[in-house]
Amino acid sequence: MDDSRSFETYEAEPAPAPLDDIMQKIAEHKGCGTSGGSGKASCGSGASENDMPAEIWEKVKNHPCYSEEAHHHYARMHVAVAPACNIQCNYCNRKYDCANESRPGVVSEKLSPEQAAKKVLAVASAIPQMTVLGIAGPGDPLANPGKTFKTFELIAEAAPDIKLCLSTNGLALPDHVETIKKFNVDHVTITINMTNPDIGAEIYPWVFWKHKRVTGKEAAKILTDRQLQGLEMLTANGILCKVNSVMIPGINDDHLVTVNREVKSRGAFLHNIMPLISSPEHGTVFGLNGQRGPSAQELKALQDSCEGEMNMMRHCRQCRADAVGLLGEDRSAEFTTEKIMEMEVDYDLSARQAYQEKVEEERQAKVAARNAELETLAGENVELKILVAVATKGSGRINEHFGHADEFQIYELSSGGAKFVGHRRVDLYCQGGYGEEDALETVIRAINDCTAVFVAKIGHCPKEDLLKAGIEPVDQYAYEFIEQSAIAYFKDYLAKIKSGEITHVTRGDATIRQGAFVSVDA
Amino acid sequence: MTYKIVASQCTSCSACEAECPNVAISEKNGTFVINPKKCTECIGYFDVPQCVAVCPVDNTCVIDNSYPRYQAGA
Repeated sequence: MDDSRSFETYEAEPAPAPLDDIMQKIAEHKGCGTSGGSGKASCGSGASENDMPAEIWEKVKNHPCYSEEAHHHYARMHVAVAPACNIQCNYCNRKYDCANESRPGVVSEKLSPEQAAKKVLAVASAIPQMTVLGIAGPGDPLANPGKTFKTFELIAEAAPDIKLCLSTNGLALPDHVETIKKFNVDHVTITINMTNPDIGAEIYPWVFWKHKRVTGKEAAKILTDRQLQGLEMLTANGILCKVNSVMIPGINDDHLVTVNREVKSRGAFLHNIMPLISSPEHGTVFGLNGQRGPSAQELKALQDSCEGEMNMMRHCRQCRADAVGLLGEDRSAEFTTEKIMEMEVDYDLSARQAYQEKVEEERQAKVAARNAELETLAGENVELKILVAVATKGSGRINEHFGHADEFQIYELSSGGAKFVGHRRVDLYCQGGYGEEDALETVIRAINDCTAVFVAKIGHCPKEDLLKAGIEPVDQYAYEFIEQSAIAYFKDYLAKIKSGEITHVTRGDATIRQGAFVSVDA
Repeated sequence: MTYKIVASQCTSCSACEAECPNVAISEKNGTFVINPKKCTECIGYFDVPQCVAVCPVDNTCVIDNSYPRYQAGA
């Protein structure tokens, strides 16, 4: 496999203009306003059991991509059985892999449906919290319907407890809704980057439609019509639908507010606005023509502006089409075809269930701890909001050493509580692009908008450098629950401001790391 | 003539295989190849050669000049 695509380059400080445009849109965007500071899960991806109808909760509670809460505990895997694609995207380079949707990396190998089914059983036996199997490429699953549905059929037979989902560009979707329903695929993701063909023409050079290559606005018109039709058909059939959108500054950033309204009105459950990943090494049109991705602040402003009755997803890791593990981790190197074909797989459903029951207990303890802490915040009613970064390995706890963190999770703290608002990757800093550069600087740039960073442990030197950068390293909550600790920290923070011990400082912007998440062992 | 696939550019995505009306395309040693005996340049089926239209890498499905032009009904 070719890892060179994950190498990164840093861009100059992005121009501030688009952010202003987004802010303007926020003001104009009445249909999808942010809800008042009730603290209730307006960030629906973070919604808990009591925030949604029971039948929907059943569908999302252990799907890491559909529930922010679940993503701390449950793992997913993708099998790369679908290499063909029926459209071309300017952010995708087919010479390596399709970067469409959240899978900008390379796939190491294509799998046949039979190999994929064996791989799923092997992984599910080794990782009992693996609850979701997705087909996301590397092309488009519905441009490879035979392989995609054969894979689903085999897995449904052998491992009936695993949830099936797929991710598509939508062009062929209306033709397959019946089959999707038949195979009990209850989660479908459509990548919708525009509903305006003028904008679409700048994103999609062509679509393959009715045995012809169609280009320009005509292509984008066909695509958007098919996507929206497919979305309507899915929701009419009770299939949970997530919409992915790639935020491309200067092309569709303002327009995504309209896209949000359009998909919400058609019943989409969740909207995932992701930053464009763009770098010349990827060999994509956008990478080569210098199209930049958004900054952390621009992305958050757009996500905030779309948040309302619509659930926003902020925990997407834009993973590869063959990723395995918790979001933010990739264990695919442990499960290559060669290794799997040699494995004796004993699929033990009861062991998996026992494990998952433990996870549920832990999860409920976490929610109880958060709620108890939240009560102590009652009465605090200030406008102040701060961001904190958290080093975690999962389970919703602060359980990662600062120096070992591949990523930091970002929480926004306010009198409403602690809200997950994103993550910042800092992995692979030394593997290319700018190996000479100090790793710590990379981390600081990635979490520069945060007031504090919560860690299980941190060395003396990075501690001092963080303090110099104005970020407080916090290790007093090591191994505690994230949300409970964050609320406690915020309470202290407010108290210290009141007593005059500290002054609140507004933080600057942060950089979103470019490139795919790749397994370090791969 | 017939179409051929430039092996060094083929991403092995398989998109062409399913579109070929003559079932002339198959995988060989990691990339896809067109059987010149079966290729009709899509004449009689479609306005444009399907492999060319669906291939994600431009100039990868190209005319193979070493074969005579395909004659419909020949």
